[in-house]
Amino acid sequence: MSAEMNLKIKIWRQKNSKTSGSFETYPVVANEHMSFLEMLDVLNEDLISQKKEPIVFEHDCREGICGACSLVINGQPHGPNSGTTTCQLHMRFFKDGDIIVVEPYRASAFPVLKDVAVDRSAFDRIMQAGGYISVNAGQAPDGNAIPIEKGRAGQSFEAAACIGCGACVAACPNGSAMLFTSAKIAHLGHLPQGVVEADKRAQAMVAQMDKEGFGMCSNVGACEAECPKEIKLENIAFMNRSYLKAVFSGEEV
Amino acid sequence: MANPCFTQIHPTCIPVSGEYQSKLTLMSESLRNDGRVWVPKKKEDAQAIQQGKLKGVNIKEEDRDYNLERRYPAFGNLVPRDVASRAAKVECDKGHGVSPTGLAVFLDFSDAILRYGKIEANKKGLTNLSNEQIIALGEEVVSAKYGNLFEMYEKITGENPYKEPMKIYPAVHYTMGGVWVDYNLETNVPGLFALGECNFSDHGANRLGASALMQGLADGYFVIPYTIGTFLANEISTPKIKNDLPEFLEAEKATKVLIDKLLNTKGNQSVESFHRRLGKIMWEYCGMARNEAGLIKGRQMIRELRAEFYNDVFVPGSNDEFNPELEKAIRVADLLEHGELMMVDALNRNESCGGHFREESVTEDGEAMRKDSEYAYVAAWEWNETEPILHKEPLIFENVELKTRSYK
Repeated sequence: MSAEMNLKIKIWRQKNSKTSGSFETYPVVANEHMSFLEMLDVLNEDLISQKKEPIVFEHDCREGICGACSLVINGQPHGPNSGTTTCQLHMRFFKDGDIIVVEPYRASAFPVLKDVAVDRSAFDRIMQAGGYISVNAGQAPDGNAIPIEKGRAGQSFEAAACIGCGACVAACPNGSAMLFTSAKIAHLGHLPQGVVEADKRAQAMVAQMDKEGFGMCSNVGACEAECPKEIKLENIAFMNRSYLKAVFSGEEV
Repeated sequence: MANPCFTQIHPTCIPVSGEYQSKLTLMSESLRNDGRVWVPKKKEDAQAIQQGKLKGVNIKEEDRDYNLERRYPAFGNLVPRDVASRAAKVECDKGHGVSPTGLAVFLDFSDAILRYGKIEANKKGLTNLSNEQIIALGEEVVSAKYGNLFEMYEKITGENPYKEPMKIYPAVHYTMGGVWVDYNLETNVPGLFALGECNFSDHGANRLGASALMQGLADGYFVIPYTIGTFLANEISTPKIKNDLPEFLEAEKATKVLIDKLLNTKGNQSVESFHRRLGKIMWEYCGMARNEAGLIKGRQMIRELRAEFYNDVFVPGSNDEFNPELEKAIRVADLLEHGELMMVDALNRNESCGGHFREESVTEDGEAMRKDSEYAYVAAWEWNETEPILHKEPLIFENVELKTRSYK
């Protein structure tokens, strides 16, 4: 029923952020129904049975909504399928006998913690800089009491689908976090509750993004292509407009 | 820990396909709004499907048993989760399951697609449409409602749920019990407040969709802002607590001892293997239907597993680096106690109530039977290695009276 697959996993091993790492190759017997992470679980159980250290990789919900999983698989963040996180990538998209190369996200703002796990706390700090609404919203209003045009609500909703996984940074030759930051700015900035602080938010989040050492956007578009939640480049345009407007309005951050 | 036995088993999950599965992903319950649950009437058909010789779409309408609609005509496919889950188990135990393991039922959208297609056609004033065109219209509507879920199902299973019925089976989803708190959300440790899913306070013996989110919001917005002040007001003059107090040192030492023990056991079995074995014991003896003999046996098995864990676990690495295996070992050590406590609570509660179904406590037609005169209390347990201690907190209903709802 389920076809067995003999694979070789060429994966990055690195003790911590201070040491340098290298690739190691391990054989693994998988089957086509496994998810990519389940295949790594099987490999880890095998390593543990040999009293070797298992590969450290990040994961949590395993249904594509938490943003914890990462990995660059055969050169692509979250692997070959579009609109798919690593945890939702199933082995039937690989072939028996394949050599699969697995790396951590490579970006100076995402230092390697161990093996293929990286420190993405820079994203948390960008969020802390302005990714919130600080007005007291009071009692929940009645449904439809605040009219929001359907198109705008849709734009906000689509931006809110960002799970903050960092694939955009890993895909970008400049290591830019513009797609992530712009998704957060657009998510809040398209809604009436978020408009109040829009100027302040755009300036603060962009400033923090630069401070963390992320690169600039040069319209390559790799982020959009690799984003597992298919966040659109238009968000970056929205962010740039919000930022420019905020700068020219002279409002202080 | 209060009411640990109340476990919500979710009827709409991806069925088991292998030992390596990290979870049985939950498909949203909203699917039962439009999907119809069924199994083949004939055992031969079920077996052929299990062996991959037949598909659900090949089974004729008259050979299908829409078991929820048959058993619960008033609520049909919308019966509560515990009822729907047990109904699936009943059919699969009788040999009518539809996955290779025999543990799955169909959730079928073909009627909904046809129905929505006709509505759309009427709306647009289109007559003379072919069946395919109607289905295409219907699929658009279903896609707008459940597109993301259908996509998720297809990603995991490789099957297209627009064309073939989904296969689902119940899996554990939520524990209604949790840390005991008072009405101010303060635990029995003064100053330690527990909010949201981790406490036991809001759900009782069962839980409705999205109510975990509700609990987080209710506890965070409406309760804690008004209750924590009462505690803090008395502490305003307390200086910053230092970390060289005897209580702190004792707790720190206990944690270090546990970590050293786990790292130095250097046995032969992985943490994961213990976690999986524990899960299987829980599912077998403390799952959808529980009985006294099974719970006693299950509890004993967990105690033996716990002893084996501390004698033979292998935790790689050290405690001065990023070590997720060590973290997991500490969690599994906790779960080995928590699992036993669930068994103890389930054994104590000899009634069927919400997410707890005791085979000894059923009505004549096999439905859950509560025993309010004996068990209308919160069971708060104090952990003890040999025998956990039960503290009863009676449930007093002032404005409503206890009733049993019928879904027939």
